[in-house]
Amino acid sequence: MDLLTAKISEVAKNIKQKKISSFEVCDFFLQRAHKHNPQLNAFININDSVTEGARKVDQRIALGEDVGLMAGIPMGIKDMFCTQGLKTTAGSKILENFVPPYDATVIDRLKKQGALILGKLNQDEFAMGSSNETSFFGPVKNPWNLEYVPGGSSGGSAAAQSARLSMATLGTDTGGSIRQPAHFCGIVGLKPTYGRVSRFGIVAYASSLDQAGPMVSYVEDAALVLEVISGFDPKDSTTTQRKVPSFTKDLSENIKGYKVGILKEYLKKGVLHPDVEKSVDDAMSILKSQGCEFIELSVPMTEVAVSIYYLVATSEASSNLARYDGVKYGYRAPFKQLSSIDLDEFYMSTRGEGFGKEVKRRIMLGTYCLSSGYYDAYYNKACQVRRKLSEEFQQAFTKCDVILSPVATSPAFKLGDKISNPLAMYLNDIFTVSTNLAGLPGMSVPFSISKEGLPIGIQLQAAPFNEQKILNMAFNLENATKMSGKVPYGF
Amino acid sequence: MITEDEIKKIAKLAKLSMPENESKEFAEQLSGALKHFEQMTKINTDGIEPLVTPTQIEHFLRPDQAVQEISADKMVENAPEKIGNLFKVPPVV
Amino acid sequence: MDFRGYEPVIGLEIHAQLKTQSKMFCSDSTKFDALDNENTSPVSVGMPGALPVINKKAVEMSIQAGLALGCQIRHKSVFARKNYFYPDLPKGYQISQYDQPLCEHGKIQFVLDNEVKTISITRAHMEEDAGQSQHIGEYTLINYNRSGVPLLEIVSGPDLRTAKEAAEYARTVRQILRYLDVCDGNLEEGSLRCDCNVSVRKIGAPEFGTKVEIKNINSFRFIEKAIEFEIDRQIDMVEQGQKISQETRLFDPDKNQTISMRSKENAQEYRYFPDPDLLPVIVTDEEIQRLKSLLPELPVQRAQRFIKEFQLPEYDALILTAEKELADYFEKTALQSKNAKAASNWIMTELLRELKQTEKHISQSPVSEATLSELIGMIDQNIISGKMAKSVFSECWKTGKSPAQIVKEHNWVQITDTNAIEKVIEDILAQNPSQVADFRGGRTKVFGFFVGLAMKATKGQASPDLVNQILTIKLSGQ
Repeated sequence: MDLLTAKISEVAKNIKQKKISSFEVCDFFLQRAHKHNPQLNAFININDSVTEGARKVDQRIALGEDVGLMAGIPMGIKDMFCTQGLKTTAGSKILENFVPPYDATVIDRLKKQGALILGKLNQDEFAMGSSNETSFFGPVKNPWNLEYVPGGSSGGSAAAQSARLSMATLGTDTGGSIRQPAHFCGIVGLKPTYGRVSRFGIVAYASSLDQAGPMVSYVEDAALVLEVISGFDPKDSTTTQRKVPSFTKDLSENIKGYKVGILKEYLKKGVLHPDVEKSVDDAMSILKSQGCEFIELSVPMTEVAVSIYYLVATSEASSNLARYDGVKYGYRAPFKQLSSIDLDEFYMSTRGEGFGKEVKRRIMLGTYCLSSGYYDAYYNKACQVRRKLSEEFQQAFTKCDVILSPVATSPAFKLGDKISNPLAMYLNDIFTVSTNLAGLPGMSVPFSISKEGLPIGIQLQAAPFNEQKILNMAFNLENATKMSGKVPYGF
Repeated sequence: MITEDEIKKIAKLAKLSMPENESKEFAEQLSGALKHFEQMTKINTDGIEPLVTPTQIEHFLRPDQAVQEISADKMVENAPEKIGNLFKVPPVV
Repeated sequence: MDFRGYEPVIGLEIHAQLKTQSKMFCSDSTKFDALDNENTSPVSVGMPGALPVINKKAVEMSIQAGLALGCQIRHKSVFARKNYFYPDLPKGYQISQYDQPLCEHGKIQFVLDNEVKTISITRAHMEEDAGQSQHIGEYTLINYNRSGVPLLEIVSGPDLRTAKEAAEYARTVRQILRYLDVCDGNLEEGSLRCDCNVSVRKIGAPEFGTKVEIKNINSFRFIEKAIEFEIDRQIDMVEQGQKISQETRLFDPDKNQTISMRSKENAQEYRYFPDPDLLPVIVTDEEIQRLKSLLPELPVQRAQRFIKEFQLPEYDALILTAEKELADYFEKTALQSKNAKAASNWIMTELLRELKQTEKHISQSPVSEATLSELIGMIDQNIISGKMAKSVFSECWKTGKSPAQIVKEHNWVQITDTNAIEKVIEDILAQNPSQVADFRGGRTKVFGFFVGLAMKATKGQASPDLVNQILTIKLSGQ
């Protein structure tokens, strides 16, 4: 077994059968993380005590205990997830030293299945960004070419997984933050249906859009992690009480008869990078040969999806981020004497110094959109158009099982290329934001390598709670292309 | 479009300090973004109920049971300043 | 009421703490005397990623309160975020209800000065409480034990016209909530808080005047005083040609005046929007019917029943039903003693007087329902006289002993032996021939003089009825 290319189930099986210890596995990834992090800046904190946890798992196995589906598997966790006793920063100065006294529900579920935390991964500050350049802890580099961005906001997760510094990682996706970096770094990334996975203990960016999901090397690994983290949580009343399907057991490459939708709006000539366009064409050919039927569809509201997204996300964020006020935890602006400070000054300095520029920009935008006189024209209007968009997708999914599209217009771009123009950066999210607005499951699966040597993924979306369909289709594509699990040169 | 003065007002509402050059930059950038968002105004949304939660999720209410999971000293451990188990802040009138 | 040609317009916002075990949106305890920040969790301290989950009991209690306040219950109500910064508000927003509250369009009735008043309830909505601040001077300390405690905010229409009316309205709301057992109604401990909106206008003016909010008044008496002061202050200002500014004021009970707390000129920008962490609260017709069927008898209904079943006068019925415990006490005594009228009289006079004098609540009364019933029974069976019974009652109150025991100890048994009483009366008549002559000459007033002597001679133990009867016969010379 080669730990650089093995699947989670295989490693877990070997650990349980004592062919390899969890300690050896964790130590292997811990050493890789330490060795390569200086190049990539993928981790904000590496958890050296992961090996202690590994020893406990090994002891439990020795005692014949059931250690779960992910026994002894080291995972990298985006720093949006609260981890008890481990710093959780959300990539921000304002939470630089925050140590949560609780675990996010998904972390708790992973731990119960034997998974171990290898470290906390870099990200755009509060997940606000598409290039991982807004992190207080510095940008993350793309392992395929260090001059390129890994995508964002889960850039640390994508880079670490791509360079195989971890067995699996977790990301969060509000407008594409799992799928776009997965596409940029050549890994599998899955955003579940809204309500499938608990948000409890995940630093909130935009509550009606955020979902956590796996960022891993293989489709099978995605199915496994999704199965572990999914399901109703009494601490999050926006989770569904539906039974969680057995994604791994039902994983099948048989997709004969699947109807695949192609959105007219997504395939405008001249918008796409030629290699991305070619990848979509090639994917269609493969799927046709597997017995899929293609249907051209129209979802007109996707044309304004970026606008809806930024209005909804920033409005919610402006309220969600109000709790970072220097009172209970986190950064507090230094003052010589507490007694002489005006309360407004206290808040403004603390938040003004604690948040980075992109976060401030979005809080400002959201505050504006919710304020009286603008609420109806911006926030409320966006929520109404959101319903139209959602209904159009519902309609579309009466005609097809899966919608296939690019993840982004191009492969990864260079560091510094877009950071100075926020609107251009926002418009880059054109293919991913609709998924979140309509609450759909969406996935990016590695498909090809561009002429510049950068990975290209394919995006698959399905109707709510139909993760199995996109998993199966991705599984089929993965078997056809053999593009999953490729570790870039130098790692 | 948003003026610098409006930016200052919003910054006060959002409790964000902002250097002069930043408010100028934000005024331009936010104006640009809002101008782009105006593409939505042409869409007719008469009588459409706003959508907040995008998927169908079953109604759930929590049973009324008191449980303490985390002790008070753990809850105040991250406080920038505290006295005993109380959070310390500037004097508020 | 005369207000110098002005009409006061008053509306009340009552914040009632619901009697749940745990908070509105998380499982922290709501118990009152916890240690600093002991009743907190990531949700109530607003830690990253913490999410609110609605307390079922709080919703049920709110629906019951809404029904009792005559409100319509919305099948779909929505929690919204009210955004503002303050150290006692851990998330930077309060979860409340805004344009789609749980209860609306209600009304309640009460009697004031022999007149039935009907006051509309605009809405009653659920929300969470903030934490508590201790001001030390150099700094402030924050305790989040109260943060997230469930509140029902009950908003009246601008229907109240006098301070007395406003206070009576507040008492009536409190009485209803206590009957339902959804709020303990303790103003001093803050489980019931009252904000008053007051404005004045010239009689007949079509528009309301500028309203002033008076916050955090902790007794019904102070509600009355604060509003009285405020009405006068506002009329004075208008008369002097001054403009009333929209502001929040506090009542200072020591100086008996309201003082400005903060101006509302810069209208607060709360940026309300539906909380995306919570789904709308869905209430079905079946659920409303179920909760309705569980409603206890409400004060107004109970008073009506007392009038019908026990033939009480309306006034007595209203007083006896003012508090649930008092109504319970009366009903139990009436049934045990089988003499509702006597029960009502004893409670309305002796018992309420003693309670008032000793500042005790009915639940602390040393005279139980059983004791009072026993006492009433002894009168009805002529064992003791009504007058003696008063002394027995006061001994019961002081010692907690049973009436039988007290009567025995003091040998207060009524003399019902007609021969003995005849003997006493004959002696008296013999010793007072001139008064007897007066009586027989038509000065019947002296009858009372003879009664007094007879009672004195028997140390008050003679049955007054028998004394009357025998005296009448003897004096008529038969």
